[in-house]
Amino acid sequence: MELLAVLCLPLLGFLLLALFGAKRAAPELNIAVSFATLIAAALLVLRVERYGTILVFHDQFFVDAFNVFLVGLTAFVGLTTAIFSRPYMRIEELHGRLTPRRLQLYHAMYQLFMAAMFLALLTNNMGLLWVAMEAATLSTVLLVSLYRTRASLEAAWKYFILCGVGIAQALFGTILLYFAAEKTLGHEGMTALLWTHLNAVKGQLEPRVLGLAFVFLLVGYGTKVGLAPLHNWLPDAHAEGPTPVSAVLSGLLLNVALYAVIRCKVLVEGSIGVTLPSRMLMGFGLLSAVLASFFLWRQRDIKRLFGYSSIEHMGIITFAFGLGGPIANFAALLHMTVHSLTKSSIFFTAGHASQVSGTQQMDGIRGLLGTSPTIGWGLMLGSLAILGTPPFGVFSSEFLILTTAMREHPWTTPLLLIALTVAFAAIFSRVQPMVFGDKEAQPLPQSPALVPVFVHLAIVLMLGVYMPPALAEWYRAAARLIG
Amino acid sequence: MVLHAFTVPVLNVLNLLASCLLLISFAMLSERRTPRLITLFAGQGTILFISTCLIAHSSGLHELYYSAALTLLLKVIGLPLILRRLIYRLDAQWDSEPLVNVPLTMLAGLALVIFAFGLAQPISMMATTITRNMLGIALAVILLSFLMMITRRKAVTQVIGFLAMENGLFFAATSATYGMPMVIELGIALDVLVGVFILGLFFFQIREQFESLDLRNMENLKEE
Repeated sequence: MELLAVLCLPLLGFLLLALFGAKRAAPELNIAVSFATLIAAALLVLRVERYGTILVFHDQFFVDAFNVFLVGLTAFVGLTTAIFSRPYMRIEELHGRLTPRRLQLYHAMYQLFMAAMFLALLTNNMGLLWVAMEAATLSTVLLVSLYRTRASLEAAWKYFILCGVGIAQALFGTILLYFAAEKTLGHEGMTALLWTHLNAVKGQLEPRVLGLAFVFLLVGYGTKVGLAPLHNWLPDAHAEGPTPVSAVLSGLLLNVALYAVIRCKVLVEGSIGVTLPSRMLMGFGLLSAVLASFFLWRQRDIKRLFGYSSIEHMGIITFAFGLGGPIANFAALLHMTVHSLTKSSIFFTAGHASQVSGTQQMDGIRGLLGTSPTIGWGLMLGSLAILGTPPFGVFSSEFLILTTAMREHPWTTPLLLIALTVAFAAIFSRVQPMVFGDKEAQPLPQSPALVPVFVHLAIVLMLGVYMPPALAEWYRAAARLIG
Repeated sequence: MVLHAFTVPVLNVLNLLASCLLLISFAMLSERRTPRLITLFAGQGTILFISTCLIAHSSGLHELYYSAALTLLLKVIGLPLILRRLIYRLDAQWDSEPLVNVPLTMLAGLALVIFAFGLAQPISMMATTITRNMLGIALAVILLSFLMMITRRKAVTQVIGFLAMENGLFFAATSATYGMPMVIELGIALDVLVGVFILGLFFFQIREQFESLDLRNMENLKEE
């Protein structure tokens, strides 16, 4: 019931906003729908906490400890982003960058995007997971090109083609998976692509086929995670799309894509053993983290900078999942949560910072503390949090990942440390002059909604200082599922 | 489940169709006129339609007829029609595209085919549903379409490459597994259709902004 609500509310929102999205009250409607979705997601979370795993509609949908926390996170960031986007998009409209018709498209696609992500998270069917990921890509392509400028069209085209090709590889992987599963589970009754069924028989699946399938699935969904060397679309899409879209791309879509990779990994490990999948995840993860941290130095655009930072963090999370074991998985799940919250709050502040200064170029953004202290502090605290300064939650998860890496694969520790220090130096040296220093700037025509920023950062701080036992137990359960 | 052993004539016809598919992929690689590319794409769709019907008939799996009908509607009639109208409205039907080094591209294509067969070899060995080569051919079609997307600089051609890649995937699905479950196939078809509509919109916006559909204009976003 709650599950159906989580799936249908954003779809309903999509229909309503596609019809009435140009109206004055569309942002409020967007918030209302997101709020209703969050309530439904919260009820779903409570239900799973009480009764355990749910399997419904002929096993087509299921919820376990792993995906339910992502559902909760997605609904939460979906709501806060909707709250943030109300004044933000109004200001963009007042600045003449958007028309009411574009806003209609924006609101409708925002909800469609949410619906696609919930479908991807909740479905038990690996084929439907693929369809939902593709739908999420298509809806965000329209969102990235919302401004219809040369740069945004180029970014959206690159995004579409790269992710389209990537996700085609994932489809081939899914076909191979089906090919292997069909021999055990049979062609009839559509059970051969159901994750729970596959998970039950994963030991009997043909290892050679699954090995090949995993390569395709990892490359395919990995493109959407933004893993190097397939990350080229990510900074462009983040920089040229509207800021709320950058926030949900970084905070949510990357997580959902990684979720798909991990689901596949669990299946494949049962068949071919842990060595190959974990080596591949660790390799791609390390490469992304190190490469992205060096690319951070060359950025001039504030949203591009934090786009690269997302690549770095997704690399670290992928690496942690590759390490495996209860502690690394726990840390990876925690890092998914805190990265999603911190990065979206950073994008919120970065978006308003660019509006105040009239440019996304970091050279043009100066003295935020003087002009609008809340934006300045938000950006400063957010950056400190994402850079892993204690006592924020990112520190705890990175610390856990580092110590596990030191114990299991000591040679990776220097590489990780290099990535983290280089990223620290690069981002901090850029953020510092933007926040301090002095410059006259025009005030915003409408006051920004910055409550979400501080709510996100407060949660991240709380996770760093005190982890509620229920949440910790939940992460542990999810970590056990991943193995 | 009972695996259906195909009779020899059916196998021969399927093999023939598969090799035609591969041949068309090579033809697409060297074709510089967009309308002919669309015809070739429709040709691929026709081959998929016939082979799916054949597999449906000889395996007795009737749900495959639905997916064959879907192929006919979408890939033989629908998408080529949309694409033709698009290039007509964009006034791009007479454009011809300068191709870089056709012989080299062909050689690269050959290497890809060998690579695809090598990769599919261990899987084909254990396949009981298909002839040995079909999965390899499907993978080769996917990789050749990929190569086509890399070597072309026009937006329309890249999209046709993308769709051809989807054809290869469909062929892999029908030949290796008798097709994916119907819901999934519908979902995939819907995604492809929506994707093409979005790209169609894109073409107009790109031309409005850049005054051309040449993607060489779109190389401004990079690192400093």
